[in-house]
Order: sequence, then C-alpha cells, then structure tokens
Amino acid sequence: MSSSEPAVEHVLDTPFFHRWLTAAAASVTRDAARLTELDSAIGDADHGTNMQRGFAAVAEALDKERPGSPGAALVLAGRQLISKVGGASGPLYGTLLRRAGKALGDAEEITPQQLTDALRAGVDAVAQLGGAAPGDKTMLDALLPAVDELAGGGSFTAAAEAAEQGALATTPMLARKGRASYLGERSIGHQDPGAASSALIVAALTEAVR
Amino acid sequence: MSGETQEKRVGIVLVSHSAAVAASIAEMAAGLAGGSDAPIRAAGGNPDGGLGTSPELITEAAHAVDQGAGVAVLVDLGSAVLTVKSLLAEGDELPDGARLVDAPLVEGAVAAVVTASTGADVDAVVQAASEAYDYRKV
Repeated sequence: MSSSEPAVEHVLDTPFFHRWLTAAAASVTRDAARLTELDSAIGDADHGTNMQRGFAAVAEALDKERPGSPGAALVLAGRQLISKVGGASGPLYGTLLRRAGKALGDAEEITPQQLTDALRAGVDAVAQLGGAAPGDKTMLDALLPAVDELAGGGSFTAAAEAAEQGALATTPMLARKGRASYLGERSIGHQDPGAASSALIVAALTEAVR
Repeated sequence: MSGETQEKRVGIVLVSHSAAVAASIAEMAAGLAGGSDAPIRAAGGNPDGGLGTSPELITEAAHAVDQGAGVAVLVDLGSAVLTVKSLLAEGDELPDGARLVDAPLVEGAVAAVVTASTGADVDAVVQAASEAYDYRKV
C-alpha cells in the first residue's frame, strides 16, 4: 500500500503569503474606522489609522520587492510594520510576522503544520516583547486561540472563528497591559482593539486560499 | 596626549511620543549638564510628525550620536519601549553598543548627560540614568 498522504488542503507557497498579507491590508483598511473607534474608548484613538498605514506599506513593499519565499515575505512585512505603524502595534505585529518568517527559513513551499509552528513562535515572541499573558485583554487573546485551533488540525475558517471569539471575549476583561491598563476597571466593557485587528489578520488567511 | 580614557563620549538618544517633549528634554539636559560635550539627540513623534514613535528617527539619532563608546537610549512609554526593544532584537539597525535604559525620561536624561560628559563608559551612564528612579522627592 502506498503511503497515504495526509490531506493537505492548501499549498502554502509564496503567492499564498502575498495574498494573505494583501487581504489583511484590505481588511484593516475596510475596518480602520471600527478599530479606531474601539481604540478611542480605551486607547488613544489611532489603532485603525496606524494599522492602515502599516499594512499599506506592507502591500506596497510586497508588490515592489517580490520576496522569493514565504519566510522572506513575512520578514519583509514585519519590518515594514515596525517602521511604519508608529504605535505599539508596529513592533508587536512586526515581531509576530518577522519571527514567524524567520522560523520558516528559505523554504519555497511550506506545510500547514510548519505555518502553525511558525505562528506559534511569532506569538511567543509577541508575548515576550509585550510581557502580556492570556487574559490581559491584548492581541494575544485572539492570536492564541487561533494558533491552538490550527495546532489541533483546525481549518483557517475555524482559526478565524476562534480568533473572533477570542477578540469578543476581551470585552469583559480588565486591561493589564498598554495604555488601556491605566483605566483600570473602566477598561471593562470594551473590546480590545489589538485583539480585534488580530482577528482580522487571522480571518484574512481564509481569503488567501485558492 | 591627555590620557586615553574615553576621548569618545557615550551618545544619548531621547525617545518620546512627542517631538516637542523629546527636543525640550534634550535641551534641558544639555543645559543642566553645563557645557557638556556628550552627544545627545531627540527622536520624538511618529513617522507623520504626530504623537507616536518612529523607528527611523530613533535609528538615525542613534547613529548620529554614536562615537564608538556606546549609545544609551532613554524612552517614555508604550510603543517607545517596544519599538526600541524590537530594534535591538533585529540586531543590525542600531549601532553596536546601543542600550535601552530603564530610567525615568527627564531625570534619567540629566543623569545620563552629566555622566557621559565625564567620559564615563556606557555601563556607568546606564547605571546613573537608572538610579534616577531612586531620587525620592518627598
């Protein structure tokens, strides 16, 4: 009996990552006003603008530089976010993508399992950089459930749903990191803007599948 | 030749969400240090000139003050802290010997500039700035 190949639904090649990041850029642009509105409740009302500026730079750099591997695409995107965002989400999302990209190395095609492992490395790096833990009302509360879902063999759609649920679950949480933490109890009752944008970026994976 | 101990000075970069705050603290620290020859640069505001953080301004300032004796980077909060941390993690954007200093921005800047102007090394400058946390006011 020939070895039965695991059912790899998607070929994760460089164009896939290009589509993912481009879809993420379109998504944060589409929802920029909502992100800024969430941020005006418990932050400094710049999250939508910042993410829009950062991801526009990502899309532009990808079109211009045409990176040759999934890893290179993520590293390039991460660097753009660190340079262009101007708020804390820049180094945080930049670290997420750059660390994930470095974990992928030079491979031209990767498996869903490798993507999951790379995202896990990226999320761990974000947690380390920001010093946040699950339940602190941050982007981790959307990212971790998504990575867990993928690690359990879930589809991108299931991961997107997990991220969205995670983002919604930040509403009753007390913020322990970032500017919102200065508000203490008054941060309760508002969804975390970073968790909301994380859910958009995870959801963009579903749009990248051909 | 007048002793080789640190002809070069440790460079100091001040990062604030506000360009005006960073520039004013730089001016104040240099003024209070009185005739200091330690190089100091402000890197305030976001890439559009608004409130926020600009990695490009920080990187540019760090290279401008780098005389080869190290660079002490003092920051205010939030994205300023995270941006410098991520630039240091990148490994090649800031000059060799650049350090993120855990210090209050205003008091730390004065301590850093005064210490750097004596020709102290980067460890001493970082320590002096960090010790500014201990200056109780009441």
